[in-house]
Amino acid sequence: MKTRCLILFTAIAAAALLAAPHFLKSYGIYLLSYWLIYTIATMGLNLTVGYAGQKSLGHAAFLGIGAYTVAILLKAGVSFWLGLPAAALLCFAVGLVLGFPALRVQTIYLAFATLGFNTAVWLLIRNEEWLTGGTFGINNIARPEFFGYSLEGNLAYYHLVLGITVLMGLKLWILLRSPWGKAFTALRDNAIRAESLGISVRGYTLLSFAIGAAYAGVAGGLFASLVQFIEPGPFTVAASIMMYLMVVVGGPGYFLGPVLGAAVGVVLPEWLRDVPGVANWYLPAFGAAVVVLMVWLPDGLLSIPDRLKARREAREASAARTAAARKEVLQ
Amino acid sequence: MSQPLLKVSDLRKSYGAIRAVDGVSFEVQPGEIFGVIGPNGSGKTTLFNSMLGQIQPDTGRIELQGEDVTHLGPLQLNRRGVGRTFQTLQVFGKMSVRDNLIVAAQEHQGSMLRRLFMPGDSGLGAKADALIDQFRIRHVADKKAGQLSYGQQKLVDIGMAFMSDPDLVLLDEPCAGVNPSLVGGLSRLLKELNQSRRGSFVVIEHNMDFVMDLCHRIMVMVEGKVMAIGTPAEIRANKQVLDAYLGS
Repeated sequence: MKTRCLILFTAIAAAALLAAPHFLKSYGIYLLSYWLIYTIATMGLNLTVGYAGQKSLGHAAFLGIGAYTVAILLKAGVSFWLGLPAAALLCFAVGLVLGFPALRVQTIYLAFATLGFNTAVWLLIRNEEWLTGGTFGINNIARPEFFGYSLEGNLAYYHLVLGITVLMGLKLWILLRSPWGKAFTALRDNAIRAESLGISVRGYTLLSFAIGAAYAGVAGGLFASLVQFIEPGPFTVAASIMMYLMVVVGGPGYFLGPVLGAAVGVVLPEWLRDVPGVANWYLPAFGAAVVVLMVWLPDGLLSIPDRLKARREAREASAARTAAARKEVLQ
Repeated sequence: MSQPLLKVSDLRKSYGAIRAVDGVSFEVQPGEIFGVIGPNGSGKTTLFNSMLGQIQPDTGRIELQGEDVTHLGPLQLNRRGVGRTFQTLQVFGKMSVRDNLIVAAQEHQGSMLRRLFMPGDSGLGAKADALIDQFRIRHVADKKAGQLSYGQQKLVDIGMAFMSDPDLVLLDEPCAGVNPSLVGGLSRLLKELNQSRRGSFVVIEHNMDFVMDLCHRIMVMVEGKVMAIGTPAEIRANKQVLDAYLGS
């Protein structure tokens, strides 16, 4: 039943995502691509934070490393199709290194360690002008071709981003359903118990950072070609905090959490900008919406069905206890 | 007598001036259920944690099937066939009972890379089901472990320690928090597991009836030292133990 529902949901979502651009103007299509790119990035962060239980406030650094890798390689004449895997691989390697502090510190201390890493990467991007263009950035970043078919237009590029999002989602789905997925969850829930069962805390912690970073690397590469001009701005600690927020709002540890979370983080503020009466207040309104969500749904939007189910089960259990007590009294 | 499965020699661990474990030596034979009893603060938990790699002893030697494992961590000990339970419940609350059992043994199935391409149950589904039936928790097999009663979670916790077919299982107060009416069932279950798997157990427990009924031999610890080692009958008859711990 659950699988059937998921297949049905996927089919409807795929149809909606394919049809949506036909009802939108160019900026709307651009925004959809932007949302999907952040969905990929937060899928990776969800693995690190939501499934493996690590704290990371440095994810935007990987987005930046991915974006600059692709941009620099494109400028050097390397194909986008080689640049994108290179970005993923580089981020995987850097993510692996960033995972090491997680073996020594946890919780807020780990968050600060990753935050420091983000700041270091951001400074590197800003100051190493010979490589990154510094604050002037890199412009005229080309969009790729696919077997001779140009992906220059927003619609064509959207289809590429959509295809890669589905592919990355599928990969993550397979990974989470493999024994690795269970090991990540065990690590999050109880690392001491996990180790006593032979689960390598060191190995899976490093992997969770590295794979999460690789996802951000891919997203960064797509981002560079989407915006066609990159500078250090989108890769600050504030951007990392925003991505963390997207994971938390969607529901950490829920597979589709990043899809919803990125929609809230990317699409909602833009949509609020066009709502009459809210237009001038869209950022405070967005902030208020996030506060409300965090107060009422600390486990994210996708925890709603679980909460309703838990409430229903508690009600049923209470009714059963009352009925049993009544029966006992009558006898 | 055959080679002991576990041999602890002159183990010592101090915290400042306090000698938590003070020259403890004992052996556990294959297939034996070995109990460790003693009043609070007698060093049982420190001994357990030293044996399980949670803390490093100051001196002494721990051998598993003749191999020195004194300085190995919990991960390496698990890979060498040592299972354990904790004093407090340690199940993965958000996973189903079945998944709790599967995750408890999956790391013994091939290399890490190979496991990435394995099915979600790592080929352990049938084994988990068999254990579920043996523990009589079939009716809650697909429920999240965190939703179960304390007693049911305790069974899952113990089941997890047995999933990887360990040679040695260390059970830390298995009766703690369990309804007294279920203690007899737990004892029967552990005896059944001991018979069917021929594994050795080391059990720390305060419930004397449970220990006397379950264990083949018992070690009494007082103030970090071994006061006596013997069969339940010998321990019951030991005047020194009666005076210091069991009472009349």
